Parts: sequence; C-alpha cells; structure tokens
Amino acid sequence: MATLEIKDLHVSVNTDETAKEILKGVDLTIKSGETHAIMGPNGSGKSTLSYAIAGHPKYEVTSGSVLLDGEDVLEMSVDERARAGLFLAMQYPVEVPGVSMSNFLRTAATAVRGEAPNLRHWVKEVKGAMADLDIDPAFAERSVNEGFSGGEKKRHEILQLGLLKPKIAILDETDSGLDVDALRVVSEGVNRYKASGDAGIMLITHYTRILKYIQPDFVHVFANGRIVESGGRELADVLEAEGYVKYGKQEAASTS
Amino acid sequence: MAVTTHDQQHGLTAHSHGAGAPSAPVSSRADHFTSFDVNAFEVPGGREEIWRFTPMKRLANLHNGAEATAAAKIDVNAPEGVKVETAAKGDERLGTAGTPGDRIAAQAWTSFTEATVVTLPKDTKVGPTTVTVTGPGKGEVAYGHLHVKAERFAEAVVVVDHRGSGAYADNVEFVVEDGAHLTVVAIQDWADDAVHVSSHHAKLGRDATLKHTVITLGGDLVRLTPVVTYTGRGGDAELLGLYFADAGQHLEHRTFVDHAVSNCRSNVVYKGALQGDGAHTVWIGDVLIRAVAEGTETFELNRNLVLTDGARADSVPNLEIETGEIEGAGHASATGRFDDEQLFYLQARGIPEEQARRLVVRGFFHEILLKIDVPEVRERLEAAIEAELEAVGA
Repeated sequence: MATLEIKDLHVSVNTDETAKEILKGVDLTIKSGETHAIMGPNGSGKSTLSYAIAGHPKYEVTSGSVLLDGEDVLEMSVDERARAGLFLAMQYPVEVPGVSMSNFLRTAATAVRGEAPNLRHWVKEVKGAMADLDIDPAFAERSVNEGFSGGEKKRHEILQLGLLKPKIAILDETDSGLDVDALRVVSEGVNRYKASGDAGIMLITHYTRILKYIQPDFVHVFANGRIVESGGRELADVLEAEGYVKYGKQEAASTS
Repeated sequence: MAVTTHDQQHGLTAHSHGAGAPSAPVSSRADHFTSFDVNAFEVPGGREEIWRFTPMKRLANLHNGAEATAAAKIDVNAPEGVKVETAAKGDERLGTAGTPGDRIAAQAWTSFTEATVVTLPKDTKVGPTTVTVTGPGKGEVAYGHLHVKAERFAEAVVVVDHRGSGAYADNVEFVVEDGAHLTVVAIQDWADDAVHVSSHHAKLGRDATLKHTVITLGGDLVRLTPVVTYTGRGGDAELLGLYFADAGQHLEHRTFVDHAVSNCRSNVVYKGALQGDGAHTVWIGDVLIRAVAEGTETFELNRNLVLTDGARADSVPNLEIETGEIEGAGHASATGRFDDEQLFYLQARGIPEEQARRLVVRGFFHEILLKIDVPEVRERLEAAIEAELEAVGA
C-alpha cells in the first residue's frame, strides 16, 4: 500500500534568464490500486507536473511538497526517487547511443531491486515481457531508443514499467503518436502492471481515447497550472463531448 | 534533390561551424591545389584556410623545409601471401593513389628515401597485416611513405600502428582495386612530444570497399588528412574516427571524399572526447559531389564530448553538391558536455548518477569501437580509452 501526496505544488521552469511559474498550486493524492487520469489542454502544465515529480533539473519547485509514503520526494535525487518506487513513462523517451537496451534494462533492474537479478530468470523475464508487448527480440541489442519509431519508444517505456514494477507510475501522454494497434498493446501492458499488484497510476493525457482501454477511477481536469475540476469516469465523457472550451481552450478532447 | 540535415541530439549545442569563423568555404573544394612539388606550395603562415586551426609553431618546421635528421623504424608483420617490399623513390607504383594536397605532404613526398610497399594478393582473404611505425626519436625529424595495394577481389585488414617520439610526416596510399575489400585501422598512439602530419590517399576501384578507421590518442600535435577518390562505380568508403585529446594536445582530422564517379557511397563518422586545459580537436569534413557523380549517397557526422573546462573542439562539415541526381547527402555535427537529458533518463530508471555517467560516456565511444573488427586491436583501444576516462574520473 503506497500513497503519493502532492500538496500545493508550485513549479517554475528555468529558461536562460527568467523563471516562469507553470504549476500554481497542485493538490493530488494517489493511492495504490487507483488510476487517476489527468486531462487538460496543451500547455496547461501536465507534463511539468510529471517532470517535477521525477526531478528533472529544468524544473524548480518553489513551494509545496511531494510525499511518497510520508517520505519527502523533493529531497531525493532523480535516481533515489526511482528507487523509492516512482516511475515516469516519458512522452519523449531519450536516445542513449552505444548503450544496449539489454544492458540498460539489467542495470536499471539491478538498481531498483537492490540486487542483480538472477541471469537465467532475468533473460526469461525480459523475453516474456517483450513478447507481451510485441517487441522484436532484436531490440535488446540495439542502443536505447536510438532510431526507434515513436510507437517503439512507447512500447519500451511500458516494458520498463512492467520490469521495474514501481509503486506509483506516471504515464505522460503515453498514448500520443500511437496507432490503434499500438495503443491497444501499450494499454494492455499498463493493465497487466496494474493487475500485478498494488499499483497507483497517474495517467496524463490530452485525449480520451486511451480511457477506452484503461479504466480511470478518477478524472481531473488540469488547466492553467492546477487541477480545476475532479470527478469520476463520467467527467471524461463530458470532455469527450465538449472539449476544453469551458476551461478557456478551443481544443477537442476526442480524436474523431 | 535529397539533401537532409539531421538535427543534433537534444541537449547538445548547435552546429559549431568553426567557432566564430566564417562557415562557408572560401572556394570550392574542387579548386583545391595539389602537387608533388614541394616548391609549388608557399610556406604557410597559419592564416590559410587549410592551416587556420593548426598551431604552426608546434609543427617542428615540417611546413618550412625541416630536413630529415633520422628515419622512422618500420616493422611489418604480414601473413603468408602478402608481399612486403621496400621501394626506392621513382618506383612507378608510388604516388598513384593521390597527389599531395598541402606543403607538408609534398615535403614528405620529396624527402622520403625509402617507401614500404604492401601488396595484398588478388582473390584471397588474408588475416591482419600490421605495420608498426616507430617515430625517429625526440627532437628528430623523419619522412616516410607507405603504399598499400589490395589487388582485385582481395579481402584484407591492415593495421598501421604509430608509436614513439619525434616529428614524422608521411603519405600513406591505399589502392583498392576492383571488388576488393580493404579494412584499415590507423592508430596514432604517440608519445607526448610527437608531431605527426599524415596524408592518407585512398583510391577505390569499381565495387571496391574501404573501411578506414582512425584512432588518435597520443602525440603533441597530430594532423591527419584522409582523402578518398573513386575510379569506378559502386565504390563504398566508410571513414570512422575516434580521438581523445588531453590537456595541451592538438588533434586534427581533415577528411575529404571526392565523389567524381556516379553511384558511389561514403559514410563518415568521427567522434572525439576532450579533457584538460588546452586540449584542442579539429574535424573538417569535406564532401564534394561533382556534377557527374549521379546516384551518390553520402553522410557525415562528427560528435565531440567535452569532459572538462578549457578544452576546445572545432567541427566544420562542408558538403558541396553539384548535381541534383543523388541518392542522399547529409551531415550532422554536435559538440557538448554530458548530455543532461541522457543522464536524466538513466537516473529516472533508478541508475545512480555516477553509473549513468559511465554508461553515457562509454556508450559514446562504444559505437565506433564496436566497428573495429580486429579483436586484439579493439581490446587494446578499449583499455586505452578506459584508462583515459579513469584519469579524469569519468
């Protein structure tokens, strides 16, 4: 049982000279077993929230707190946060030339689990997890994300989610750029992770279509750097029909 | 016309086309002067386009008529079937792969006394031939000439291994005949005082393949100019380079691929790292696709990893295209510190910062090292680079 508590979080992004406030007081609590969809128009600060929780150096927390099971996440380094049980599936996964996917996965699993996984079990585990996500085994010997298509990168993010089994997973627009088949495969991967234990999920998305595959328990509308409305699944249906007009943006939330 | 310019990776600085200097070539590379006569070249002062990055004072006067005071020692270790000879000046094979393109190359041509000629037999696959060149010794000056010929459909590997002290200028020729596959690994692992100025001339016949890898680690000043020309269609040249400059070292690589024949291919990938005060690397990548060279496919890439303050990397890709009928052409260049986005990504998966740094830096070199298919050479270079990295705590 894990709890991520975000309280009155204010975050600025540091550009060359000025700092611009993006998050203006975010309050949100996610518990194991819960899936929270964060929906909002472009530029509302959704990705900033995910990066700030993961500890990206570009984002500065100016006030507020983030606690994981009572521990102060903001005091932790990026890698400590991951080892404490936080995971961010990135919207734009980074290419790391010359580092093979298999070496990367094993190094990450060793760090997160606190010991090197038994080699024989590990090979089997990775093979199975790749097969589940329709990933060609040849990818294991390729450099991390290098030359991968958008869909291949997202599959590999979910592959890592399944192998690292975090307490709380933040999925930042994992659905963006996926075709229908890939969206289904990736969503099934998320659902397997969810079913495997006490997982808490923060699902950040612009569109409602991924919610057809992943059932949210809560839906929050994010606008202008804060949560402006919260509800259940039905709120997504309203957004599907009305878009974000009500929140000051002429943007649709449906893809059709 | 299919011209592509690739974006540099997120987190690295933009094109540093020669750090503040004008990026456009003054004239076409096609007009570049070449001659076997040293007196046809003026003594360069350092402001000339092809010398502007080179610290002339550290050239041991190789550019200004320095006379040979000694000779480099040449040892050739070749498998059976490979013919190794010494040839006197005037041997008609010499100078067939290319003509000196700067004064030091012409000086080397004028001043060498004895050339080494390695002939790789036709229709035969042979194991690695190693040519070890040991410098003339501290304070001495020597000139040399090496001629390597891969006969028709030969398949061979030649390692040219430079060690020792002193100033050494030479021309190295690679004649790759029709259908031959030649792999070259040129290692510059000189002592700290060494000055090495070298021109490599590669001439590729029809359907010939050259894989030319340059590894430059040691020496006070190393300036290497690989030039590739084609004489028949289907020629394929891969030019790979890896360099690691420590404090005070000047390592300069100037590649030129001259596409004057249709349907040939070239791929240039040079990667370098720099650490310490006054470490300076220069990469100039000239590619010329002449009007007749339809169906050309070329790409060149240079990346530099700056590990500490006080180091400087210059990177200048020049791509000249005189025909629209090509398969593709492009270049990319980036110079920067550790890629923070890569570090963040690895750390976000729980990998501690130190370990993430190690992965990123080793990955940077791994890409080139993996392509060296002579295992003992690869292992030695991996160890050498590991030692360099450990020295700086990276």
